[in-house]
Amino acid sequence: MAERVLMKGNEAIAEAAIRAGCRHYFGYPITPQTEIAAYMAKKMPKIGGVFLQAESEIASINMVYGAAAAGVRVMTSSSSPGVSLKAEGLSYIAGSDVPALVVNVQRGGPGLGGIQPSQSDYFQATKGGGHGDYRMIVLAPASVQEMASLTIKGFNLADKYRMTSMILADGTIGQMMEPISFEDAEIETYDKPWALTGTDCKREHNVVNSLYLKPEALEITNMERYERYKIVEENEAMWEEYMMEDAEYCVVAFGIASRVAKNAVATARAEGIKVGLIRPITLWPFPKKALEDAADKVKGFISVELNMGQMIEDVRLYTKCKRPVALCNRCGGMIPSPEEVLESIRKAQKGEF
Amino acid sequence: MAVVFSKPKALADVPFHYCPGCPHGIIHRLVAEVIDELGIEGKTIGVAPVGCAVMAYDYFNCDMIEAAHGRAPATATGVKRSRPENIVFTYQGDGDLASIGMAETVHSAARNENITVIFVNNAIYGMTGGQMAPTSLPGQVTQTSPYGRDVNHCGWPIKVSEMLSTLDGPEYIARVAVNNVKNVRNAKKAIKQAFQNQVDGKGFSLVEVVSACPTNWGMTPQKALEWMETDMIPYYPLGVYKDRSAAKEEK
Amino acid sequence: MKTTQILIAGFGGQGVLFAGKFLAYKGLTADKQVSWLPSYGPEMRGGTANCSIVISDQPVGSPIITTPDVLVAMNLPSLLKFVDSVVPGGQIFIDSTLIGEKVERTDVTVHYIPATQIAKDAGFSTLANMVLMGKLMKECDAVTFEGNKDTLKAFIPAKKENLIDLNCQALQAGYDF
Repeated sequence: MAERVLMKGNEAIAEAAIRAGCRHYFGYPITPQTEIAAYMAKKMPKIGGVFLQAESEIASINMVYGAAAAGVRVMTSSSSPGVSLKAEGLSYIAGSDVPALVVNVQRGGPGLGGIQPSQSDYFQATKGGGHGDYRMIVLAPASVQEMASLTIKGFNLADKYRMTSMILADGTIGQMMEPISFEDAEIETYDKPWALTGTDCKREHNVVNSLYLKPEALEITNMERYERYKIVEENEAMWEEYMMEDAEYCVVAFGIASRVAKNAVATARAEGIKVGLIRPITLWPFPKKALEDAADKVKGFISVELNMGQMIEDVRLYTKCKRPVALCNRCGGMIPSPEEVLESIRKAQKGEF
Repeated sequence: MAVVFSKPKALADVPFHYCPGCPHGIIHRLVAEVIDELGIEGKTIGVAPVGCAVMAYDYFNCDMIEAAHGRAPATATGVKRSRPENIVFTYQGDGDLASIGMAETVHSAARNENITVIFVNNAIYGMTGGQMAPTSLPGQVTQTSPYGRDVNHCGWPIKVSEMLSTLDGPEYIARVAVNNVKNVRNAKKAIKQAFQNQVDGKGFSLVEVVSACPTNWGMTPQKALEWMETDMIPYYPLGVYKDRSAAKEEK
Repeated sequence: MKTTQILIAGFGGQGVLFAGKFLAYKGLTADKQVSWLPSYGPEMRGGTANCSIVISDQPVGSPIITTPDVLVAMNLPSLLKFVDSVVPGGQIFIDSTLIGEKVERTDVTVHYIPATQIAKDAGFSTLANMVLMGKLMKECDAVTFEGNKDTLKAFIPAKKENLIDLNCQALQAGYDF
């Protein structure tokens, strides 16, 4: 095994991106993700890469769009209010089918909100954010190690499917340090015949574009894109199951909430409550199958979230409302304690949802 | 039979969608001729705007990308920083460049981004049907200034070339017009200079082309050209506003 | 299987985060599972700062500490804020140069160390944090006192190497108190 080093989650993303072959970063400062930019600013010039602090989030995502169209591995990072500004570019990138990696180290909202950790951009990340019919692959790391591994995975998936991969983290995982080891990154490379490289006067010109004035053409393009999304849904859903073998109750939580929930599940097990945890690692595609299967064997679900209840809608959707789903949540930068989650589990056992 | 005039190679052999009398065709041709003359078609990447020239990606034979409204300089920055060996230009109108995209314009100029910007100023939003632009003249009647642009209510026009030339960043800022043969020739010179600067690695070069919009101005093409002469050019004087290399040579 | 949750709190600038980082590295070099979570935001620049360190024989669950086994308090507001959250049987380390108050709880072990004074007298006035860490390592078995120099080398940049010896001296002073 490679050497273990202590690293902040944000720095792990930056280092992993470089190891994944990313040499272009465009961003704008915002708490609590600025370590990513700082790391890139330090490293990129030394390895022949580009770090550029843009004038705004809007400019930075459009620089990402240009670089992605030019065929390079490119990324930007921000936090919730900044990602709202990037929504325009996310839609263009999706509409033009170019690959990019976007990091959202979430903080409390809406509006300027706060700077403490949150998961309240779940809807924005998984259901849209920008305008139009489109999807992004949404990866939700729960540890510093995963901040790195999912960044590398995110680049690979983005290139494979010509879409945006979003790392949906939060202030806690971004700021915390944990040991991490960088195994040799598995970098997948894909041909990019569509990229803007200059025609060299030897081929037809490439056009990267999302404008289709003929509705028939736009409809076909969107439908083809959704065929691709279907393949992603079939092949790329990732999740972790913890103590689910004999579980009668199922906690569903991602990111930092899943860490808290895991503690609560362990304590509940010690009390004799048969409870397990499903942790979605991809939020889109959502691990439908895991939830469907669980719905056939457990008595109820508890969705633990750092928001007013967003993922719970998908839990209900993919369990087809077969079982009751309770919400255990804090928001605005607050995090539920293991005791609060435990209390929800105890209530569930009593049939209180 | 001798060929005395032909379409530049860098222009695709497709009909333009522009209105009769619209100078976009002339400006496209000037850009394409420059690309031909510099022999850079194979490595040029163009960035189309949102506005009347939105479909410029169909008209130029080089690789093209369609940017979001106003973001062309940011998108061009992304392309150029990824492929510094390529020649990257944007083609933008006044609403795109001087209103919604002003931040991107100013900051790419301040960074002396090594790109070429063709800025077509016709003092109106064309594609959306003739609304007031950031460069509409005081008193100018448009769909959204039906009683004439009232500067007390909605402010003054923005003189982009003058403003950008106050920055230390950019290499070359010039304003030209396409209302008569002499001015068209000068326009081509400036556009060529703006591309040559990029080839030479000198940095941000912007050519503001004072143009016309007969359709939305509600004028015949002939009258529109006259209005450019009598109203537009006096407000937007032609000339080279900044040329760092030339200034250095003089010293 | 053992898990120790340590909360260090004080003013920004007292080296709260640095002390926590040191403990996390100590855990790392002892092949333990660790997490280090700072408070972040504007309070880092002069207000209150704290960080949570979990050192464990098994993978760390939540890095967020609500009931610390060990509290290190470097100013009064921090002590008042966190004193009641310490688990019964836990330990509290107090910089008694800066905190005059005594802890009323009787179900915890409290160590009063005049860390700021010790550091000042020894000529490394900014290292009260490390004096406290020295004492903590003596009283708490989550980490051992050996190998401090190597641990410090792992995260103090080479150009600031002169700081390593000073930190070692501060740790020793706390250990010896």
